[in-house]
Amino acid sequence: MAASSERSPPPFPDSEEPELLEDSDEGADAFTGTSISEMDSPSPDSTRPPKDIFNEPPEDIFSDPLSNINSEPQKKVDAKIPSPSSDEAVDLFSDPLDDDSEVMSSPEVQNPMPDLLNEPVEAPKSDVLGEPPVSSVKKAASSEMFGDDDDDEDLFKEPPKVVTKKPQPSGPPVDVFTEVKSDVKVKPQVKDDPTDLFAEEALTAPAPKPSAGSSSSRTNGVHSEEQDLFSEATVELSLDSPRNDRKNKDAVKPSVSAPAAPVASSSSKAPSKTLKELEEEESEDKFDLNISITNPEKVGDGMNAYMAYKVSTQTSLTMFRSKTFTVRRRFSDFLGLFEKLSEKHSQNGYLIPPPPEKSILGMTKVKVGKEDPSSAEFVERRRAALERYLQRVVSHPSLLQDPDVREFLEKEELPRAVSTQALSGAGFLKMLNKATDAVSKMTIKMNEQDVWFDEKIQDVENEEQHLRKLHVMVESLVNHRKELSGNTAVFAKSVAMLGSSEDNTALSRALSQLAEVEDRIEQLHQEQASNDFFTFSELLADYIRLLGAVRGCFDQRMKAWQRWQDAENMLQKKREAEAKLLWANKPDKLQQAKDEITEWEAKVTQYEREFERISATVRKEVIRFDKEKARDFNRQVIKYLESLLHSQQQLIKYWDAFLPEAKAIV
Amino acid sequence: QAAWSSEGFGSHWVRSVSVDLNNDASLVIDIPDALCERDKVKFTVHTKTTLSSFQKPEFSVPRQHEEFIWLHDTIVETEEYAGLIIPPAPPKPDFEGPREKMHKLGEGESSMTKEEYAKMKQELEAEYLAVFKKTVQVHEVFLQRFSSHPIFRKDRNFQIFLEYDQDLSVRRKNAKEMFGGFFKNMVKSADEVLISGVKEVDEFFEQEKTFLLDYSSKIKDATAKAEKMTRSHKNVADDYNHISGALNSTAADNNTAFKKHLEKYAEVFEKLRKLEDRVASDQELKLTELLRYYTRDIQAAKDLLYRRARALADNENSNKALDKARLKGKDIAQAEENQKQCLQKFDKLSESGKKELTSFKARRVVAFRKNLIEMTELEIKHAKVRRLKCCVYHYMFTRQCSGSHGKPGNLREF
Repeated sequence: MAASSERSPPPFPDSEEPELLEDSDEGADAFTGTSISEMDSPSPDSTRPPKDIFNEPPEDIFSDPLSNINSEPQKKVDAKIPSPSSDEAVDLFSDPLDDDSEVMSSPEVQNPMPDLLNEPVEAPKSDVLGEPPVSSVKKAASSEMFGDDDDDEDLFKEPPKVVTKKPQPSGPPVDVFTEVKSDVKVKPQVKDDPTDLFAEEALTAPAPKPSAGSSSSRTNGVHSEEQDLFSEATVELSLDSPRNDRKNKDAVKPSVSAPAAPVASSSSKAPSKTLKELEEEESEDKFDLNISITNPEKVGDGMNAYMAYKVSTQTSLTMFRSKTFTVRRRFSDFLGLFEKLSEKHSQNGYLIPPPPEKSILGMTKVKVGKEDPSSAEFVERRRAALERYLQRVVSHPSLLQDPDVREFLEKEELPRAVSTQALSGAGFLKMLNKATDAVSKMTIKMNEQDVWFDEKIQDVENEEQHLRKLHVMVESLVNHRKELSGNTAVFAKSVAMLGSSEDNTALSRALSQLAEVEDRIEQLHQEQASNDFFTFSELLADYIRLLGAVRGCFDQRMKAWQRWQDAENMLQKKREAEAKLLWANKPDKLQQAKDEITEWEAKVTQYEREFERISATVRKEVIRFDKEKARDFNRQVIKYLESLLHSQQQLIKYWDAFLPEAKAIV
Repeated sequence: QAAWSSEGFGSHWVRSVSVDLNNDASLVIDIPDALCERDKVKFTVHTKTTLSSFQKPEFSVPRQHEEFIWLHDTIVETEEYAGLIIPPAPPKPDFEGPREKMHKLGEGESSMTKEEYAKMKQELEAEYLAVFKKTVQVHEVFLQRFSSHPIFRKDRNFQIFLEYDQDLSVRRKNAKEMFGGFFKNMVKSADEVLISGVKEVDEFFEQEKTFLLDYSSKIKDATAKAEKMTRSHKNVADDYNHISGALNSTAADNNTAFKKHLEKYAEVFEKLRKLEDRVASDQELKLTELLRYYTRDIQAAKDLLYRRARALADNENSNKALDKARLKGKDIAQAEENQKQCLQKFDKLSESGKKELTSFKARRVVAFRKNLIEMTELEIKHAKVRRLKCCVYHYMFTRQCSGSHGKPGNLREF
């Protein structure tokens, strides 16, 4: 702009053309990226996932003990077990106008049906009706519509195909309705959806727009939005209803999914690896242990005060005395546990999950007893961090067996951990880093024979750097979102004032309504900021700490190597000494030298074996860690998306309610 | 130096303050194009007309911001327009924001990763385009206000502005600046005059005065707050952008199956960025711009009130002068003449002022209605799109999570 003079974009429709293209591209992406690379192929197996998504997760939560342990989101689901899937479904797919979540969550199969029928057919429709008129009005007036439309189009470019596949948009729900008893009919559609996703995207490239009504592509775009929401709704529909006749489904499946199978099969290789990996891990750790930390409570007064947390365990494992038990623990107890575990296991190469860091500032605030939000936030943050820490400890199969862990969970009174005062998480990490520095000097000497380790050590270091950067950015997101929330609140007040000054009654009313909407949006931003923090930022903070611990494992291995090498050197010296003795012909000392050689030979063998063992352990630990990480991230991203979904849902509701107010201005 | 082309701009075109001024087909003005040259913006002013006062039915001329200001100033200076609300002058094009960013971009080019650089460039282009559009828009609306006004549209200077295809040579900078300063002082004291001034004789104007003074300060405040809000919204969108970039570079260095996930997460945030950006820029165009425009327009209305208050004061003074003259028996005829003129001027001002202020009110309500409806519809639309995207990704990730069930794992990573 400074150096050269550029032709500006003509501020009229033409300028939208390139964008339109770009957009529709991305729209395709949303679906395609999804289907090709990550979604399962629509082979017979793959028909399961759609079911899975909504049907099984709730079950999983029960059957799969592992998932129980680690995540908060699932705990929540736990609480409302009877209706997790439907609950979620409402969240995801229901139209804002529809608030019948209760109805949907009812266990009956029949009941939800009519409801669902109403919903997809009517609710989204009104949507569509709501939008096109607007667009047509605007279209006449100006170029806006181009900008507006491309959104709809980009997202919904493909759906026309969905239309062509199904007899008519309203087909499925009607079907469902009429065929409730047999239910078999429902399934094809249910399965159809995922299939569509692939087929669509596979087909889009060659066949630009096979939509029937190409004459009105614009309205089509809008239409398909509805279509799409609606087809999603169909998926959801399947969850509640066809639960009882899954067998039937199996019978129908292959035929329906067959056509799409060849298309996707080639591209589904990559994801299958991911999936298998995930599977593997789940089959690996099968145990049933659910830990939660609740009720943080201040004990004592002044600077001697501390926070005590309720640690509740729920398990069917026989190693514990009972199925549910609760103890109270304070922060230093958690640190003490970490210390004990480190002492015992870190030299074997185990990855000991690090506890949250000690925060003198945060805790002092709590101690002083200031009832401000930041100290409440601090306590909640710590509670959640301790919970995640403990869950990571017990999800480690070897650590779970440790008597100290069991004691920590079960025993009423723990001996006070004194030394932790000095050795808080941060302190320990510092120490660890020092050790790392010392070891890293050795690294130069250590000729890494193992390519796997060679690469992994580098990867871990890189990843830690990246996550640190990412963490900074997410922190900035949290701050900016808080700022946005604050600024929205201030704006709301200002608009309310403006409304009170306005002399046109309807406009004045609309402005004060707008102020109310903005007030609510402020709340949403605030909630989202806390989601940004707890779901995303804390996850990264955890993993930055965990990667530090992984590096600690590498260092332990390095130490073992060093010991082995030292022993080798010693053995070498002893041998040289023996040779000298032979040369000097001093048989009296020869026997002693020979004994020493034997001794060091044994040591070398032992240290070498130890090195190999620790190498194997570290390797296993790191692989396990990688899987846990992938799963943790996935789970948190899902949770994050859910929070965003919720926000959007609310936003739609608020603005929908405001629209008539704006229209009422005369 | 970062080079860009107009084709690369990704954001969409939403008209901001739609005032619907091009109702009359006999004189239609738009700015279809503009050229950005250093800190100068050259607008192409395109006119289509059936009026016989123009030589051709359709023509385009290049105009710079300074020439718009010249037009505004000559109109303000014209005595006979004292009773009209003079369309507020468009603000000076401000490319400071994007320029600052470009500077940063140039500085940090070496230290940035490819991803970061690309992301920064993307932000910069979007911001540049947004400012550019807003600038064009506000200049266009300025001219349309003239063309849609029964009196202004006949103004000779306005027609010259539209038709004369040479440079208007308005660069009497010093004189103009002096005048600008003088005018500003007048405006500043205007409030005082309005508040303390002469006793109002007309209830309509008394009410208008109270209303406009109050409204003016409220809308100024609301504008500032809205600007702040939109800016922090932009920041959130930028953060999404950076997160997406950071996730991508994390993925680039990852050699496990996790790589794919990271790439997907980056994609999610890229989508979020795009959508959030739209929300922010639509809010900016529909809400903030509206408030900004009416802050200026209300100032223009206040200026009218001020001119009338001056005329009222002049009128009273002339009355007093006449009384004095009569008392002294000196220069009575001259004083009478003066008094008559002042009264006439004041009456004329009051009459047209009443009309102008009434139509101003109607125009304001219509504009607020239109913009609020459009903004709400856009908000709903964006929220729906975001909801859908979130649904799609949620579906995808959940599927990934649960998809592993039922199949025994047998593939080890090593």
